[in-house]
Amino acid sequence: MHIPDGFLDTKTVIATSALSVAGVAVALRHFKAEDQPRKIPLLGLTAAFVFASQMLNFPVAGGTSGHLIGAVLTAILLGPSAAVIVITSVLVVQCFLFADGGVSALGANVFNMALVAPLVGYAIYAAMHKVYSGIRGTIVAASFASWCSAVIASVCCTGELALSGTVPWSTAFVAMTGVHALIGIGEGLITALVLAALHATRPELLRAEDESGRPGDAKTFVLYGLLVVIGLLLFVVPFASPLPDGLERVAKDLGFDYTAAKHPALPAPFGAYRFPGIAGGAASAVVSGIVGVVAVFALSVGLSFVLFPRGGKTVQQKP
Amino acid sequence: MHHDFLDRYSRSDSPMHRLSAGAKMSGALLLIGAIITVPLRFGWFFLLAFGGLITAARVSRVPARFLVRRLLFLEPFVAGVAVLSLLREGGWIVFAGIVVRSTLSLATILLLTNTTSFSTMLEVLRKLRISPTFITILALMYRYLFVLVDEMERMQRARMSRSFTKGDRRLWRLLSTTIGELFVRSSERAERIYAAMCARGWQ
Repeated sequence: MHIPDGFLDTKTVIATSALSVAGVAVALRHFKAEDQPRKIPLLGLTAAFVFASQMLNFPVAGGTSGHLIGAVLTAILLGPSAAVIVITSVLVVQCFLFADGGVSALGANVFNMALVAPLVGYAIYAAMHKVYSGIRGTIVAASFASWCSAVIASVCCTGELALSGTVPWSTAFVAMTGVHALIGIGEGLITALVLAALHATRPELLRAEDESGRPGDAKTFVLYGLLVVIGLLLFVVPFASPLPDGLERVAKDLGFDYTAAKHPALPAPFGAYRFPGIAGGAASAVVSGIVGVVAVFALSVGLSFVLFPRGGKTVQQKP
Repeated sequence: MHHDFLDRYSRSDSPMHRLSAGAKMSGALLLIGAIITVPLRFGWFFLLAFGGLITAARVSRVPARFLVRRLLFLEPFVAGVAVLSLLREGGWIVFAGIVVRSTLSLATILLLTNTTSFSTMLEVLRKLRISPTFITILALMYRYLFVLVDEMERMQRARMSRSFTKGDRRLWRLLSTTIGELFVRSSERAERIYAAMCARGWQ
C-alpha cells in the first residue's frame, strides 16, 4: 500500500501532506502533554519492532504474501496518539532508507497508514470493546478493527490515486479493496493472536490501555476526527458517492452537476459505466460489502471462541 | 543479518559523501519535486535528470550493480500499481509517465540514502526545528532496528531448529507468538534504555 513517487499529482500531494503534518502535530502534542519522557524510548523501540515484524511475511491466497501493518496492534498496546507517531516513524524510515514509498507520497502514506488506519481502527476497537469486554471481547474487537483498518486505508489510497488521475476509481477500487480485504484477514488474525499471546504471558501489557479518559483527550480526538473526515471528504467521497449511481442522477435532477463539474478531467465516476462486469450495479457492491463485513465479524467471533473456549471475562480481572 | 543492509554505502567516502547533508537533501527534494511536476512533453528534462543521476552515481562511487539491483527490487511495486492505469483509454501515456517518474525518483532516493548517513539527515531535520521528540524517536528506532531484526532472526532460527515441517498448520500461531515475544523484549529493552539514558543525564 506504499505509494511510490510519481503516482500523485500536485494537489493531492499538498492536501495529503497538510493533513498528515497536522495529524502528527496533534499526536506529538497529545503525547507530550500526557506522557512522561520515559515513553520516548518505548516509542522508538516499538517503531523498530513494527518495522522488524513487517519483515515476517504470511501467505495470502494465490501465492502472494502480505505482512502486518501493525497500526491497530500499536494503538491497542500504546494508545492511538503513540500509534500515530510510531507508524509515522516507520514510514519515514522506510521512505528514506528502503525507498519503500515515495518522498512526495510520504504525506499520503502517512495519512493512510499512520492516521486513518490506527485512528479509525482504534475507534472501532474501543467502541466494540465497550460493548463486549473481557479478553474475548478484546480478540473480537481487535481482529475486526484490524481488518477494517487495512480496508479503509486501502480505500483512501485508491481515492488518492484516482484523484490524481492515475488510475480509474472503479477498477482500482475493486482490485485494491479486494486484495486488502484478504490481507486484512491476515492482519486481523495476527493482531488477535499476538494479543492472545501477550495475554497469556504478559497480561499487564494489555491492561495499560484501560487508563483512558485523561484530560486533553477529548480535544485531541475531536481534532483527529476532523482530520480523518476532511481526508475522507477529499479523497473518497467524490468517488464513492456516485457508488450508488443514483446520487449522480439526483445531482443532475436537482440541477447541480457538482462532482462532474468539479473533476471534469477525471473519468472515475463514469468509469463505472465502462466496466459493467465489475461495477455490476451499486446494489450488488453494497450487498457484497455488507456480506464481507458480516463475514469478517463472524470470523472474529469464531476466532475468539477458538482461542478462549471458556469465556475470558474472569481471566482479565485476575490481578 | 548485516547491520548495514539498508544503507550499505552511506558511510564510505567520495566527493558526493562529503557534500553537506542539507545540500544533498534539498537537492534531492527539489529534483523529485521537478520530476513529478514537469509535464511529460518536456522529454529533455527527464533525459537531463537521468544523465545527472548517472553522473552523481559515478562520482559517489556507489557500485552501479548495487543501485541497479535495488532499483529492480523496488520496481515490481511500482509496476503493480501502474498496470491499473492501463485500464483507462490513453492509459499508455499515464503508464509511461508513472514508470519514468517513479524510477527517476527511486534512483534519487537510493543515491541520497547511500551517500548520506541517517544521523546527519536527522541533524538537518533538527536544524529545521522538527519536534525534538520525534527526532529522538527516529534516532532510537534507527539505532535499535538492527538489534531487533537480529533478535527476531535468532528467535526464528531457534523455532526452526525445534520444529520439523515448513508447511506447519500452526504457522500463524508461531508467527504471532514470535511477534508478541518480540514486543515484550522491545518494551523491556526500552525500560533499560530509559534507565541508562537517565543515568547519563538525559532530560
